[in-house]
Amino acid sequence: MSEKVDARGLSCPQPVLMAVSKMKELGAGEIEIVVDNEVSRENITRAATNQGWGVAEVKEEGEEYRLRLKR
Amino acid sequence: MLSVLTIIPYWVTKKFSPTDHIKLNRRHKLEPKRNLFATSGGITAAGVVIGVLAPLLQKWGNPGNMGICMACFERDVAGALGLHRADLVQYLRPEIIGFVLGSFVAALSFREFRPRSGSAPIARFLLGMCAMIGALVFLGCPWRVLLRLAGGDGNALFGFAGLAVGVGIGTVFFRQGYTLGRTSKQNYGLGLLMPLVILSFLALRLIYPPLPNEPKSGLLFYSLKGPGSQYAPLAISIVVGLLVGFIAQRSRFCTMGALRDLILFRHWHLFLGILAFVVAAWATNLALDQFHPGFTNQPVAHTQSFWNFSGMLVAGLAFALAGGCPGRQLFMSGEGDGDAAIFVFGMIVGAAFAHNFGFASSAAGIGPYGIVAVVVSLLICLYIGFTNIRRVGE
Repeated sequence: MSEKVDARGLSCPQPVLMAVSKMKELGAGEIEIVVDNEVSRENITRAATNQGWGVAEVKEEGEEYRLRLKR
Repeated sequence: MLSVLTIIPYWVTKKFSPTDHIKLNRRHKLEPKRNLFATSGGITAAGVVIGVLAPLLQKWGNPGNMGICMACFERDVAGALGLHRADLVQYLRPEIIGFVLGSFVAALSFREFRPRSGSAPIARFLLGMCAMIGALVFLGCPWRVLLRLAGGDGNALFGFAGLAVGVGIGTVFFRQGYTLGRTSKQNYGLGLLMPLVILSFLALRLIYPPLPNEPKSGLLFYSLKGPGSQYAPLAISIVVGLLVGFIAQRSRFCTMGALRDLILFRHWHLFLGILAFVVAAWATNLALDQFHPGFTNQPVAHTQSFWNFSGMLVAGLAFALAGGCPGRQLFMSGEGDGDAAIFVFGMIVGAAFAHNFGFASSAAGIGPYGIVAVVVSLLICLYIGFTNIRRVGE
């Protein structure tokens, strides 16, 4: 069961802050993050890579992106 | 042109971004999205291109170390529309039109035009005003801080330090849970409002062009001397503006974000952009004989270091709390972000206040009410910061 983060409607730097804080809190595991803009998708992907996490999957659903981060 | 722009970052990096290897769910989309501008090479290339264009605009007619300055240009727009009557700074800068429309075209082309709004608009308007008032005490936005550095203006060192401290204070608020809340999706027509307003500026500029030795042409005011009278030809300003708007939208170039991400996350990505920008601008200035190191007699600048620092501190804090430098706010307004558009109008109104009430500095030094303006603007920013600390989702 993955942890969920809803960062829809938020802009930089909040989606990244939420993602990084969840990654630090868990240490390892799986996080599902929903964002609604391309910039947040790029920034979270970059932040995950920096934190040593990988982006396992990105689903594009209408105007939203569902990112699955894994470590 | 599009294909050339897209390939530049690839030449620099010779590789695609980590984001390109994302395994996309095939039920939803077959091809991964590739935004080469969002790679390290991409943001660096964007910084270089914009960094070369800005000093060239000076060569083509814009004021010294002011090839691109969002605050100065919006202040000049406010003057052209008669919102303030400082007769040295009145010109409806076509670059502003280009920035918004270039970003609008980029957002449309890459399916990123998303009308959205509703995240604390009044706070954003006031932050825009405070940002402009701080910027006009320093005499320039963060873009011009970098251009003044690239032109050898030592006073900009204090501005840069102030900017970094202001953004640093902003990151403390973010760490404490500061947020202006979520935006909500808006209809397409609402998203088109800002591009339409900007198109009406273009129409005004075309209908009422500057007339020789005339301070007014129809509805528009023009400067006969001073920075407002110095400008590159219309076509050049618009084309460069469009190009910068397009590149900046794709690369997410942000002068405030560069410092914020470095302080908050130790992320160098956006900082590479402003580093490339300042180095390219410096090299271009050298090539054009526009590099004049020193503190005195710098173009559109004063030497009151503490107020250069303080003005930019206030502006940096306001930009951080609003989530983008003045350039990024213009580019986001072109993407359909109504809150960013409100910030832009806050800046324009802030410029009117700054010149109507003696907040703005001049080459002689700070304005008669500059100190009061800095203190009040700082208090407003702190008020907005403290009153919006909450858990996301509250």
